[in-house]
Amino acid sequence: MIGNAFHIALREIRRNVMRAFLTVLGVIIGVAAVITMVTLGQGTTQAVKNQISSLGSNLVMLRPGMGFGPRSSSAGVPNFTVADVTALRDQIHGIAAIVPVSSTSLSTIYRQNARSTSITGTAPAYFGINNWKLARGRLFDETDLRDGSAVCVIGDTTKTELFGTEDPLGKLIRIGKTASSSSSSTTTTKETPYSSTFQVIGVLAAKGQSGMGNQDDTIIVPLSALQHRLTGRTSARNISQIALSAEEGANSERLVADITSLMRSRRNLHANEDNNFNVFDTRQIAETLSASTKMMTTLLAAVAGVSLLVGGIGIMNIMLVSVTERTREIGIRLAIGARAREVLLQFLVEAITLSCVGGLVGILLAFGLCVLLARLIDVPFLFDPKINLIAFFFSAAIGVLFGFTPARRAARLDPIEALRHE
Amino acid sequence: MNAPLIRLNGITKKYGVGDAAFQALRGIDLTIARGDFVAVMGPSGSGKSTLMNLLGCLDTPTTGQYLYEDIAVEQLNADQRSLLRRHALGFIFQGFNLLARTSALENVELPMVYRNIPRQERHRLAKDALATVGLADKFANTPAELSGGQQQRVAIARAIVTSPSTLFADEPTGNLDSKTTIEIMEFLVRLNAERGITILLVTHEDDVAAYARRTILVRDGLIATDHAKP
Repeated sequence: MIGNAFHIALREIRRNVMRAFLTVLGVIIGVAAVITMVTLGQGTTQAVKNQISSLGSNLVMLRPGMGFGPRSSSAGVPNFTVADVTALRDQIHGIAAIVPVSSTSLSTIYRQNARSTSITGTAPAYFGINNWKLARGRLFDETDLRDGSAVCVIGDTTKTELFGTEDPLGKLIRIGKTASSSSSSTTTTKETPYSSTFQVIGVLAAKGQSGMGNQDDTIIVPLSALQHRLTGRTSARNISQIALSAEEGANSERLVADITSLMRSRRNLHANEDNNFNVFDTRQIAETLSASTKMMTTLLAAVAGVSLLVGGIGIMNIMLVSVTERTREIGIRLAIGARAREVLLQFLVEAITLSCVGGLVGILLAFGLCVLLARLIDVPFLFDPKINLIAFFFSAAIGVLFGFTPARRAARLDPIEALRHE
Repeated sequence: MNAPLIRLNGITKKYGVGDAAFQALRGIDLTIARGDFVAVMGPSGSGKSTLMNLLGCLDTPTTGQYLYEDIAVEQLNADQRSLLRRHALGFIFQGFNLLARTSALENVELPMVYRNIPRQERHRLAKDALATVGLADKFANTPAELSGGQQQRVAIARAIVTSPSTLFADEPTGNLDSKTTIEIMEFLVRLNAERGITILLVTHEDDVAAYARRTILVRDGLIATDHAKP
């Protein structure tokens, strides 16, 4: 009997394809929207996680400044010293590696090519802490740091911009002199008293574009070389950032608290004063960001779910019209011996078939939309069978829910009245 | 003919309540023998349609007894009456009442769908029935592609495909020209004679009623006359 009702339902749909399509359009859009939202949301969460982990998964950064975000201010806030780095390394437990970082923006010249690039002076452990991989050549080491060697490691974008297709290894580039005046809270822009020639010894593997700007447009040199040859050692407070990696399994909240309290005492802050430095823990940032994208995804999916519900009302509407139109047919069926429950089943199966077909079309549409949009907004496309199944069963449930009222109306018809219906 | 097929005892039917109530049947006693061919006549509003609906188990009486074979129809609920119609009764109507946009074959198969007869068997029986009414070559046509007489013959095929014991024909020739009327009536006579199907026919035309063996005239909710041909 169910097989037969299904057969009749398919025939009714085939008889008026356009009407069936319009009837289930709401369900199609609802299912497609729910799946697309959830899939893209998961892709975005994954993209955020990827970006954060490209920074270094256990990375903790210290930067001078009051508060952070748009109202942050670094004006008049003292930088760090190398002694701060030593103190942190010696007194805080759970630090795997720690380096001082001094960044500035300088012009770089190779033959006719000149451009302004971020120059970072640091120690060799910086590469490991920040998750940099070497593509070619070598990184600088402790000897280079001690000697203040004029060597540099360049990012992938810098390599392309300065050297084009040329092999940069062993080439000399000029850094400094014509200082650019890029101003940002993280780079200390000063009048550059010096310029110097650096030899390229290594090229870093690309990290790709991230929410933090293009990380690949960078030149990394030994801290001593930056200070001696470029910025000049104007004061001991010339460390604009401290980067460290936590030990595997270390309690990052505890670590951040310990660092904060040590730095407060080293910077002579009173109990009633705010921090004049920020401690960023990438793992915490990653958790916060993925929690908020997850919440956003849930919210959007809920809105899309409402359109699925509205789609169900569309089905109920057309099924009610259909019952009225087919009153005579129902009368014939009742007269030749159909029971009320068989008429009910027929119309219920028809509504469910409609909504399931809508669900399937919606799933196909969602797949196309996800592939397209994922490429457009540059997030990975993660096919999730679970949400597809949920959306499909939800559309079937919509059919039952909204098909029941019209089906019951059909089943309650009086055969004599129904046969007389014009 | 041994035990009667249908026995009505003091059947009344009242529609509505209070002042608006309308007494359609006022006490009908009627016995119909198995294999009979009965025409029910009467002016409109006489109660003949109400009587036919009751006899066809589409409706229930207000008071009185209706025995179909040994079944007390007045005590059955809607579903039980559906099952009785499904297994024992066949219907043809003035307006043919075929499913639109549905082939003749599928129309004839319809009652067998509710009897859970397997598909191949349904096809075979439906084709046989269509051949019986002379439409073996029209089984793929939809009602819109058939003439009135052909449509009524499809309806007859649908009614007899389940071999019912009684066939109810409600003004079966009301929409047909006289030539087709004769064809259909002669076919009903043959069904009655060859297959022993009891036929109950509602009509208001004397020449159609003349095909029946017994003619009942209903007037004001009562049986006025009841003539049997010798």
